[in-house]
Amino acid sequence: MSKPASYWRLRPFVYRLEGSRCVKCGHFHPLVRKVCRRCGSKNLERDRLPATGILRHFTVVSQAQQGMEKNTPFIVAWVEMDDGSKVVAQMTDCEPEDLKPAMKVETVVRKIKVDGESRLIFYGIKFRPSA
Amino acid sequence: MRVYVGGVGLTKVDEHWERTLTELMAEAGLSALESAGLQSVDAVVVSNVFAESLQEQVNLGAYFAEVLGLRGVSCLRVEAGGASGLAAVYSAASSIVSGLNKAVLVVGAEKMSDATAEEAVALSSMEEPAEYIASLGVSQLAEAALIYKEYLIRYGLEQEDVAYFPVLGHEHAQTAPHAQYQFKISVDTVMNSPYVAEPLRRFDTTSPADGAAAVLLLSEELARKLDSPKAVLKGFGMASDYLSPFDREDPVEMRSINFAAQRALEMAGLSRGSIDFVEVHDSYSFMAPLSLEAMGFAEKGYACHDARKGRWSLSGETPLNTFGGLKGRGNPVGASNIYSLAEAYLQVTGNAEKNQVDGAKAGLIQAVAGLGSYAAAVIIEEVG
Ligand SMILES: [Zn+2]
Repeated sequence: MSKPASYWRLRPFVYRLEGSRCVKCGHFHPLVRKVCRRCGSKNLERDRLPATGILRHFTVVSQAQQGMEKNTPFIVAWVEMDDGSKVVAQMTDCEPEDLKPAMKVETVVRKIKVDGESRLIFYGIKFRPSA
Repeated sequence: MRVYVGGVGLTKVDEHWERTLTELMAEAGLSALESAGLQSVDAVVVSNVFAESLQEQVNLGAYFAEVLGLRGVSCLRVEAGGASGLAAVYSAASSIVSGLNKAVLVVGAEKMSDATAEEAVALSSMEEPAEYIASLGVSQLAEAALIYKEYLIRYGLEQEDVAYFPVLGHEHAQTAPHAQYQFKISVDTVMNSPYVAEPLRRFDTTSPADGAAAVLLLSEELARKLDSPKAVLKGFGMASDYLSPFDREDPVEMRSINFAAQRALEMAGLSRGSIDFVEVHDSYSFMAPLSLEAMGFAEKGYACHDARKGRWSLSGETPLNTFGGLKGRGNPVGASNIYSLAEAYLQVTGNAEKNQVDGAKAGLIQAVAGLGSYAAAVIIEEVG
């Protein structure tokens, strides 16, 4: 997903956590959906996830990954957002020892990766401990 | 109508720097045909996941036919992530059941050694939703680590408990001539290997592997005419789930695996107790106990305790990954399930040599795409 145009289309979610929420059952889907994957309803409306949540677990990733060679190791967190949705994203502005399960976290937009050939920089949300 | 396996072909799993993808495919395919004494088939099916990324090659079906010396046959390539092999078998078997074909050669082939370690992490992440997982800099490896952590906490397990599964894989692989890693390791080997994404360590994951494996599927009518050892595919079960485990109600609950196994057992008319051995998709160490539990072969949280009692060893109650599984035999992604099925064929036909499970009549082969987004199970049985 590192072609500029394809990444551009993802901005509503990767910058703002926008997606489609089912009017019937309340389930949230990233980006645009036609049918609710939980209940099958076709009544979905655009919505945005809350910017805050609770840290469930985190992992320190030490295996380097394409596009992120220079910022390894990094932390990836499983966060339960305030609406009950689960989001997995990187953590920033903290050290692993600062983190405890059940602590409050919030989103912030940061640099995610650098494309190898084009040197384009991709941004998106990360979590940081709430102030 | 039933579908029979009438021959298999296996190349050694290794980092084959000198050999091309098509050369590996041809070796496995020709050896499967030869073992059944067949010159040609009606159709070929290729299971492969990463050829367009790594070898810049699509259209593998026709290419496979060509390197086998076949012309004018039906062909296709199947991709369903880590479950591609069983999806290919499902497709080939369907064409036999429908009466379209009498003989179909399925090959699984992959050359992962063309990728760097950094690329391999990105490639496996392609099984996850790229639009909102990879785009946030999250790999499948990181997702797997988070699920592993939850699994350990939920069932009060230690990493050492789960480390038994890679140890078992290596133990079974040491006598498998086609295995990538024919040596023993200990729990300490796993525990002393560095973290890749804690609590996942290097030895909890698989390494880059190249290989090709082939199975020849036959209609009953044709199977009766051939002299080679035969086995019957008695049950198929396939089930999808949401791509990202974190979109499911409970990321540790692998319902696709549960459904797939349940459906395959029902179709075969067999209970878990009559399954003599199980081949599971241990792409990450914890996926072995989690799969056994999801399929009902162990109580939730108890597969590791069962492991310590020797239940999954070759001489145990339910031998697991009898030639080493993805960990010991190796994980050439699109080929891995075909290796498992071919190994299961060797078991039920009594040709597993040093890895033979005593009295193996029926085996269950399970495969998983991603972290449970698609699961497949096939039951193979001896021909009585
Ligand atoms: Zn709904």
